[in-house]
Amino acid sequence: MSTLSRRILAWLDERFGAGSIEDFLRHKTVPQHRHTVWYYFGGMTLFLFVIQVLTGILLLLYYRPTPNDAFESVQYIVTQVRFGWLIRSIHSWSANLMVFTAFVHMFSVYFLKAYRKPRELTWISGMLLLFIVMGFGFSGYLLPWNTLAFFATKVGTEMAGAVPVAGKWMLTFLRGGEEVTGATLTRFFGFHVAVLPGLATVLLAMHLLLVQRLGMSVPPSVERAIAEGREPTRSMPFFPNFLLRDIIGWYAALGVLGALAAIFPWELGTKADPFASAPAGIRPEWYFLFMFQTLKYLPPKILFLEGEFAGLVGFGLAGAVWVIVPFLDYRAGFGRVTRFFTGLGIFALGFMVVMSALALR
Amino acid sequence: MESSDRARSGGGQPGRRWINILLGSGVLASIASFLYPAIRYIIPTQVAESTSRSVVAGKINELKLNTGRVFKFGSKPALLVHTAAGEWKAFSAVCTHLNCTVQYREDRHDIWCACHNGVYDLTGRNVSGPPPRPLEEFEVHVQGEDIVVTRNA
Amino acid sequence: MRVLGTIAALIFWAVGSAMAAAPKDSCITCHLELERKQSEPAKKFDSDIHHQAGLGCADCHGGDPKDESMNAMSRAKGFRGAPKKNQVPEFCARCHSDIAYMHRFNPKMRADQLSQYLTSVHGKRLKQGDTKVAACVDCHSVHDILPASDTRSPVHPMNIATTCAHCHADPNHMKGYNIPTDQVEKYHKSVHAEILAQGDTSAPTCSTCHGNHGATPPGVNSVANVCGTCHVFFAQLFESSPHGPAFAQMGLPGCVQCHSNHEIVKPSDDWVGVSSTSVCVTCHSAGDKGYTAAQKMAGDLAKLKTFYGRAEDILSTAERSGMEVSSPKVELASAHEALVKARVNVHTFNDAGVQKLTDQGVEISQKAYQAGVVALHERDVRRKGLGVSLVFIVLAISGLYLKIRQSESRPHT
Repeated sequence: MSTLSRRILAWLDERFGAGSIEDFLRHKTVPQHRHTVWYYFGGMTLFLFVIQVLTGILLLLYYRPTPNDAFESVQYIVTQVRFGWLIRSIHSWSANLMVFTAFVHMFSVYFLKAYRKPRELTWISGMLLLFIVMGFGFSGYLLPWNTLAFFATKVGTEMAGAVPVAGKWMLTFLRGGEEVTGATLTRFFGFHVAVLPGLATVLLAMHLLLVQRLGMSVPPSVERAIAEGREPTRSMPFFPNFLLRDIIGWYAALGVLGALAAIFPWELGTKADPFASAPAGIRPEWYFLFMFQTLKYLPPKILFLEGEFAGLVGFGLAGAVWVIVPFLDYRAGFGRVTRFFTGLGIFALGFMVVMSALALR
Repeated sequence: MESSDRARSGGGQPGRRWINILLGSGVLASIASFLYPAIRYIIPTQVAESTSRSVVAGKINELKLNTGRVFKFGSKPALLVHTAAGEWKAFSAVCTHLNCTVQYREDRHDIWCACHNGVYDLTGRNVSGPPPRPLEEFEVHVQGEDIVVTRNA
Repeated sequence: MRVLGTIAALIFWAVGSAMAAAPKDSCITCHLELERKQSEPAKKFDSDIHHQAGLGCADCHGGDPKDESMNAMSRAKGFRGAPKKNQVPEFCARCHSDIAYMHRFNPKMRADQLSQYLTSVHGKRLKQGDTKVAACVDCHSVHDILPASDTRSPVHPMNIATTCAHCHADPNHMKGYNIPTDQVEKYHKSVHAEILAQGDTSAPTCSTCHGNHGATPPGVNSVANVCGTCHVFFAQLFESSPHGPAFAQMGLPGCVQCHSNHEIVKPSDDWVGVSSTSVCVTCHSAGDKGYTAAQKMAGDLAKLKTFYGRAEDILSTAERSGMEVSSPKVELASAHEALVKARVNVHTFNDAGVQKLTDQGVEISQKAYQAGVVALHERDVRRKGLGVSLVFIVLAISGLYLKIRQSESRPHT
């Protein structure tokens, strides 16, 4: 390191105490084993989130969140603003990529049991972040105010109304009224650019802090292999080795996003007309498809419950179970692999994939 | 020992330099290729705002009394009429029959489609001939010298 | 108790006198009690427009509505009874041809229905003793007559075709008259019926072309005039074209020759030309002037459609790729307009006018196409830009990779 940078860091260290951070980073290591590749997905999701924030801020410079102007402002961005097409398409594609990497990250953590003690809070904050990411997706989808988005939002918020007692209140809260109107758009915009980012920042800070404090988890199988002397303990320094690899992945993601934006630009659609009838084949974005498809298969009544409501309850329970899995699979804390949870994970993943595939047919 | 050390580290100083050059130039060039679009993006363009909702159709001294003019509104033609009584009116100029462009008739104070003799009155109502529906009427406001035509949502 | 009794008596007296005050129409009260056929008129009469106007049974049928005995229907009381079929028109015309009387109810109402009717085929035949033809009550109904503007009336524009079909589409009824019975069926396949069904009551129905009271099918020479009342340009062009005088000379029914009379469907561009689907070759054959003109006109239309189609395709591709093409799209709309006008001009049956219009349209289409080419070029520029940035990214990645390899091949300190 040059003297100049050394001096700047020393200056900062006197004020921030940054020296300890620097020390920490220097000494942070990442375990190396056959499952190391999964460690990259958290950072990739974070990177894509940063891309979303940056492109989102740029879009904010031109977007107008009213029914009269929303569609036209997106049209303006895509056709008049220089490189607007690029920013908008990157934002839309990166949103989908981020949801994908978030799910991969979550499932890899699940199957490698990284949620076990002492990382329970990391898991919980991560699950909450996943829900927030899906909330970002749902709220952002409405903003271009095109036909598909309008009706997908209508169908999606309708499901909230199926919950008894609280359902009506939830529906009017989400929609800003009885129907999907300009009030809904304003509200979703508020969620998308203020509420959710705020929540995400707080949870992200907690999540990252915990990861730094607790270090990277090593899968139980590897831990056992090391204990039994079948495998050596290998690790690489976070800085620069792991980080450089991270950066390669991030560059590759940028390349993919650019290619998608230029070759498969995100559609503008047609402006939403609340009084027109819904076009055939309305469905939500792909990450909601498995729920959408399941609800379609449910019979009108299950025992004494209305079918749709029962489905929602089912998903709610499943979600709740998933969030508290570190406490349910407490045996993992002792390094024991309980097959039941592995099976449950495979079932969940399989279910989501099969349902989504069926919805796409 | 030194030479073998150098050999192991990929050719020693010159090899290291090339890698650094490759890395540095690659990173700098790629960052430039990211920043360039972003910077051009934030600089406003000629067309200052999203157009489809309102358009400046002309200036008040461009159209005499009892004349009409076709102008572009979004991607469709529209008709601006300065009536004999001095009122400004604007309609979609797309005939509701088969989409020909209509025109203002000064002698009869009505709007006419030359394709099949469709006639509309100055409220846009279809009064004669094949058109099945009236013409969509737009709002007209005079702002200073400009005549601003707005489509209602 | 006494107070209650007085109040009750007062109430009964009030109701009784109110009932007594209503004018008693003995015709209605008696006929309501009778058997089905005899009581029908009385039951239906509530909705009748004559009833709404304050008229009663006696105003048409005579007799005395105040007399509750059978004497009410005596000659002495002026009873006219129900008219026979061949007396119906004069029966109604007693009032309906009296202008002064009719104008008391509706100042704008016409009073010439009877004189018109007598000129019609229906009227003439009725006078000759044919009771199967239509008279007033067959179309307007009787005892529950509604004004033509009422959507429930059998003579409301939306219902006229059904009313005429009652007789004209019934082969048994029409036996012996030697006219087809498929007119209404054919009409329902037409464009006119389609538009009428959508609620546009200005669309033609039977009475629009045939007249209502003076119903007469337009003669061969007046077809173009009839169609021309709405299709102004076509009739004008046709009359001044070679076909105008030629058709008149040959006794051909003008527009109907190509467009049919009842089954008037949306014409298609391949009607013009010399192919198997064209109408021109019905009369024209290779070598004559008409054949050549048809061929040329068909060629012009096809050419414009091709150029227009190409321009439309390229502009929508560009638009879907995110390019701004609203200006060329507006320009292209005038090319479509040229096509519409060219189709009108076909009725001059002279290629000159048609070609002038299609040439205009082709020129506009070509300009729009060029604009599309430019837009797609811009799109390709974007992709090249992408390629360049990908090169930089690959460079950066390679540099990173080599850096990693280099830093990890040295033993760590």
